[in-house]
Amino acid sequence: MHIIESGNVAAALGVKLAGVQVIAAYPITPQTPLTEKLSELVDSGDMKAEYIPVESEHSALSVCIAASSAGSRTFTATSANGLLYMNEQLHWAAGARLPIVMCVVNRGVGAPWTVWNDHQDAISQRDTGWIQLYACDHQQIIDTVLKAFCLAETVSSPVMVCYDGYILSHTYMPFEIPHEDAVQQFLPPFTPEYKLDPKFPANLNTVTLPDPRPDVRGELAPGYMEIRHNLHMDMRRSLDVIADIETKFTDVFGRGGTPFIEPYRCEDADYVAVCLGSLSYHLRDVIDMLREEGVAIGVAGLRVYRPFPDQAIRDAFSHKKGLIVFEKALSYGYEGPLYADIKAALYAVSDRPTVRNYILGLGGREIKTTQLAAALRESCQVSAGSTDVPEFIGLKM
Amino acid sequence: MRDDIIEIRWHGRGGQGAITAAKIVANAAFHSGYSGVVMAPTFGTERRGAPVLTSLKFARTKIYDLSPITEPDMVIVLDHLLVEEVDVAAGLKPGGLVIINSPKPPESFNFPGMRVATADVTSIAGHAGLPTGIVNTGIIGAFGKASGLIDIDTLTKEIEVEFAGKHPEKNAAAARVTYENTRVLETGK
Repeated sequence: MHIIESGNVAAALGVKLAGVQVIAAYPITPQTPLTEKLSELVDSGDMKAEYIPVESEHSALSVCIAASSAGSRTFTATSANGLLYMNEQLHWAAGARLPIVMCVVNRGVGAPWTVWNDHQDAISQRDTGWIQLYACDHQQIIDTVLKAFCLAETVSSPVMVCYDGYILSHTYMPFEIPHEDAVQQFLPPFTPEYKLDPKFPANLNTVTLPDPRPDVRGELAPGYMEIRHNLHMDMRRSLDVIADIETKFTDVFGRGGTPFIEPYRCEDADYVAVCLGSLSYHLRDVIDMLREEGVAIGVAGLRVYRPFPDQAIRDAFSHKKGLIVFEKALSYGYEGPLYADIKAALYAVSDRPTVRNYILGLGGREIKTTQLAAALRESCQVSAGSTDVPEFIGLKM
Repeated sequence: MRDDIIEIRWHGRGGQGAITAAKIVANAAFHSGYSGVVMAPTFGTERRGAPVLTSLKFARTKIYDLSPITEPDMVIVLDHLLVEEVDVAAGLKPGGLVIINSPKPPESFNFPGMRVATADVTSIAGHAGLPTGIVNTGIIGAFGKASGLIDIDTLTKEIEVEFAGKHPEKNAAAARVTYENTRVLETGK
């Protein structure tokens, strides 16, 4: 069944379909309508879950960590400074290998205060050990929430489902609600490998010494560094799991099929625009316009930011003339973080494409189609690398 | 750029229900074969009573550009006093349509080269039994009549769905009576 609703409602309906058992969240614009919808669904009995209101984002994730440790399918959501207030617990949830799913409704970070969209909030949490998935429209939001639980529980790592504040969260568009029977086939109930149980008391994640040592059963237990190595290797391996889950999802629902990179007119393109989130869909119209002008260009939306799909990037772009990376985030004092990652992924390619970097849309600055077209035209005409890195679009200095 | 997208900008006041009206038309458009529908409220720091904007786009295929409308095919104004506060016709395409909730006839508005439609939605909605000032369903009837894009039965059906349990028949009646009482001036002076 198709309905027309906001992106936040699409996310909430995905959470309901996933059979989430515990939700703890603190409202923050533009995430608020998502948590409001979930509390309504729980209150009306449409959703059989525990909704735990808390006094802060730090507490929200703390509650989720406890609930997930006890073996519950657990969800939270936040934006911007709310996500940053969770920071300590983000690291904890990942280190504790808890399959929590969180929607991050992307918003610029204060100071100065802003409520509008960019990606600085999620991108700044890149190295917390959370998997980061990005959605481009409401269908992808609801579908990605389902995939995220499947992924989190398969690899025992928490997953962020990121989507653009306002641009998607508060915009209404049609999307199909997956059928309950199909969801049950795709996402069976959560059966944790290990869970807290009062009958078998245990200490979890206590002080871990630098070197391995025997545990209470006399078996050699990993030290801190081995645990970190395992986390890293499991994150790398989760790329394969992401691909498998995409295949499974496509088999069940007949949608999707592009786990890492969603290409548009890239096959015969010399140049490709690359970005995260809804901007990659906006760029499709610009690509059509430039194609009519005879420019061989396409656009690729990255669906996964961590683990970084470096091999998929090499496979897709090694033979291109140029990549143009558009970003709504900055690594202050250097360049766009995605730009740096893409360049690094292509370093070992001998005849690698030139890569340009544009920063745009910070704090909700409107992104005009004409500006995108101008940037792409210039990028396709200038043969060598660009002058300034990064370049800014729409800056009014 | 794509020229197959119908772009409608709604002007209302905070709390007047322009977003709900646009959502109803979005649903009606979708069920009339427009598979691409995007309704995007513009968010600022508006307060109840302050001028607000909502964008509605629809097309026969999926719409990828979610940015706000700059060159609408039509604008719908829920309160005629807004015409004096806001440039409601900003960017309106030549020959575009201005639909206004107003007790005054379309001839009394000055939109050169544009089609102008008016209906006294405030009064009609009151007679239909809605509380004073509820105009966001009645105005949909004016849209149906002046634009001719979506038939009135589809529009009133979506009104009844949206207002299920909240006087659906009175809201639908407001739209129907407004539809019958909308006056269109083909080319404004």
